[in-house]
Amino acid sequence: MSIDIRVQSAAFDLGAEVNAFAAAAQGAGAVVSFTGVVRDLPEEPLAHMEIEHYAGMTEKALLHIAKEAMARWPLVRVLIIHRYGVLAPSEKIMMVATASPHRKAAFESADFLMDYLKSRAPFWKKEARHDGRADWVEAKDEDEAALAAWKKS
Amino acid sequence: MVEVRYFAWLRERLGTDRETIASGASTVIELVAELRRQSEAHDLVFSDLAGIRAAVDQELVDMDHPIANAQEIAFFPPMTGG
Repeated sequence: MSIDIRVQSAAFDLGAEVNAFAAAAQGAGAVVSFTGVVRDLPEEPLAHMEIEHYAGMTEKALLHIAKEAMARWPLVRVLIIHRYGVLAPSEKIMMVATASPHRKAAFESADFLMDYLKSRAPFWKKEARHDGRADWVEAKDEDEAALAAWKKS
Repeated sequence: MVEVRYFAWLRERLGTDRETIASGASTVIELVAELRRQSEAHDLVFSDLAGIRAAVDQELVDMDHPIANAQEIAFFPPMTGG
């Protein structure tokens, strides 16, 4: 079982991470990765995004989530990288990668990791606008609903 | 003594990210009641618990969770990772 969790302010190289992940995923026939990016919509331009987290609890929560995925699907490897601090529009916020002998398990577990870490990993996003306004991003009801769906299945 | 941590808008509205308080509370909700008596800002921040989550020693818990021997209690809004 191989779990790699990284919580960092520094940017990461998506291509290099996925390549290294796939190369080390022995026994895998499928590698899935998801990347979260700072959204920049033309109708509401963003100056930057600030991500706060609860150091200590974050790492524990992400490890717990990764272990849960390992227990539910036949995975050989899980990677979670999540950044904190000030991020510019279109910068990468985070990524997950899963490797499994089976395609479906790799896809489903990556989806599961995202649903869980969205509502259970202690990160909070704040969006700063060009006029100086800054608002905390509110959690959505659908995020909790997505979690509940995994509990049923 | 227990260390209380605040994150996101709770931290901003209270003007601090942590405080150490002498508490006789046995559950999170009892601690909230004690904190509300600390100041008007505290009272306001904790006036609507629907938008607040709690962690005891870095584990997400319900408001009625016991806090016996806990080192660190944290309060924060629903998380928005990903």
